[in-house]
Amino acid sequence: MRFLFKTDYEDDIKLFPHRGYVISYGVLLACLVVAPFVLSSYIVSQLVFVCIYATVGVGLMILTGFTGQASLGHAAFLAIGAYTTAYLHKLGVPFPVYFLAAGLLAGVIGAMVGFPALRLQGIYLVIATIAFALIVEEIMARWESVTNGNEGMRVRPIQMFGDTIPRDGPIFYYLCLGLLILVIVGTLNLMRSPTGRAFIATRDSETAAKSMGVNVALYKVKSFALSAAITGLAGCLFAHKLSFISPEMFTLQLSIEFIMVIIIGGVLSLHGAVLGAIFIVMVDPFLTFLKDDIPGMVAGLAATFGAGAERAGHIQESVAAFASANGLKGAIYGLIIMLFILFEPYGLYGRWLKIKLFFQLFPLYKRATFKRQKIYVKSERNR
Amino acid sequence: MSCLRADNLSLHFGGLKAVDSVSFAVEKGEILSIIGPNGAGKSSIFNLISRLYNPTSGSLYFEDQDITREPPHDIAKLGIARTFQNIELFENATVLNNLLVGRHRHSTTQLWQELLFLPNVRRDEKAHRRRVEQVIEFLDLEAHRDKLISGLPYGVRKVIELARALCTEPKLILLDEPSSGLNVEETDDMSFWIRDMKTELGITVLMVEHDMSLVNRVSDRVIALNYGKVLAMGAPAEVQAHPDVVAAYLGT
Repeated sequence: MRFLFKTDYEDDIKLFPHRGYVISYGVLLACLVVAPFVLSSYIVSQLVFVCIYATVGVGLMILTGFTGQASLGHAAFLAIGAYTTAYLHKLGVPFPVYFLAAGLLAGVIGAMVGFPALRLQGIYLVIATIAFALIVEEIMARWESVTNGNEGMRVRPIQMFGDTIPRDGPIFYYLCLGLLILVIVGTLNLMRSPTGRAFIATRDSETAAKSMGVNVALYKVKSFALSAAITGLAGCLFAHKLSFISPEMFTLQLSIEFIMVIIIGGVLSLHGAVLGAIFIVMVDPFLTFLKDDIPGMVAGLAATFGAGAERAGHIQESVAAFASANGLKGAIYGLIIMLFILFEPYGLYGRWLKIKLFFQLFPLYKRATFKRQKIYVKSERNR
Repeated sequence: MSCLRADNLSLHFGGLKAVDSVSFAVEKGEILSIIGPNGAGKSSIFNLISRLYNPTSGSLYFEDQDITREPPHDIAKLGIARTFQNIELFENATVLNNLLVGRHRHSTTQLWQELLFLPNVRRDEKAHRRRVEQVIEFLDLEAHRDKLISGLPYGVRKVIELARALCTEPKLILLDEPSSGLNVEETDDMSFWIRDMKTELGITVLMVEHDMSLVNRVSDRVIALNYGKVLAMGAPAEVQAHPDVVAAYLGT
């Protein structure tokens, strides 16, 4: 086990507490940088989606994980970023300008959503954000002069320095990775400054935050704006990656996926946003596998246990029908969320911390280390 | 000039008069205790001062400035800090972060500077940390610095709440039952700290307390309340001997 001896206040501020972190993150970064030259284009494309989802995850983490304001409307902020991109790109605006405009517009709208949200808490806030997302979806479908309605918009590749940046190439991947790293570092900086602590104070006790001089309303709006702006930036790259956007891509389902990113990853840490994004992006290939391969495998299994050819074929058909049933994806998502909330509320990152501690303390690890204690609800909480 | 003055302060919830035209003044540098049976309106007065409630009528002055309509977060900026009866700490943060939130009213950095963690943010962070460290030393919290609040025992949380209030560098501190839930030893420590806050840090203390021995040991003056009205005001022994106060506690 490593013991850190702190000799300076700097030791509590710096991003990497000791050399082990520098080495492990350095190795990770190096792997990510060489990835597009080693891995197949399919996997690199998946990595791009991981980066985009993780960026949104970090944005949502600021709002939901750190400030404690749940949102099921982040697909709308992503849509605002994506449509700003598509529209301005069509007008011939250069990439850096519309990239920033996508973030700025989403941020401003996020702040505007934040104001009415000040009076709402918990489930009511969730409903309000869903309502906002539905309004945005409707606007995208109806405002045809700008959004081209339900027919959607084509988004051509990024043009920079007279060059085209193809959406499958390594440069686009580096753009997404760069945005993710910038957003993570910015958020880490924020969380070690007064604003980040004010967010956490707002989450844990608004009353105490107020009496410590935190303007709770202001920080909620700031959190909404920041979260939305980050999501808008991700939306810009999302539009370029997909090369075609239409209103039905930014539905409630996508917002739920974003919430899943942070719940599955672990809601109290930025690691969670990245781990959750990896998980969510991997669910789709897994579902495809379920659809394509599982029925055959089950039928084969049935055949080896003595089922006749006709019966095996019948089994294969019914399994295939089940695997391609409508709403299976939603059901699987629901099941995953429930299992995580029941058995691992701190998500994948919490699990990782436990595994790490196990090896650090080996052979002294106690099984009850993380046993959850009953927490008694406080009686007279000031609201 | 008194530190805090309440003029005919009232708080009504419908027909219930939780606080009924209470007037008092807290002098600079004194320790003033508010006593009274449960439901007498003690905590309501605190919530009025920290502006979590709006008074039905009457006004509040802090250093001759009218604070009756100040928003709650500006109260801390003026130099009034408080603790809570049922501990309101930031449960999922470390002790250090809890105390640093107490420094919030002294922070001057902007959001964009913090996103980039510019040198001025770093310099401020260290300055805040130095002040927090002084409070940690004052209240003997060195052993708990990096722990999460959710894992700490009640007695320690109570001290951390006091520490967080002290980190704001207040002129007036409101302590809502500082000894509730503490054992005899911890209560002794608390009484020394309250005394030290007055003598060493020059902070005016207004506290609500049920433990009479603690009240007698630390307070300069005592106010007794019942049903939202002031029964008696004066030196601890005087107030406790007052017939109305005896009647309120023991019945007639």
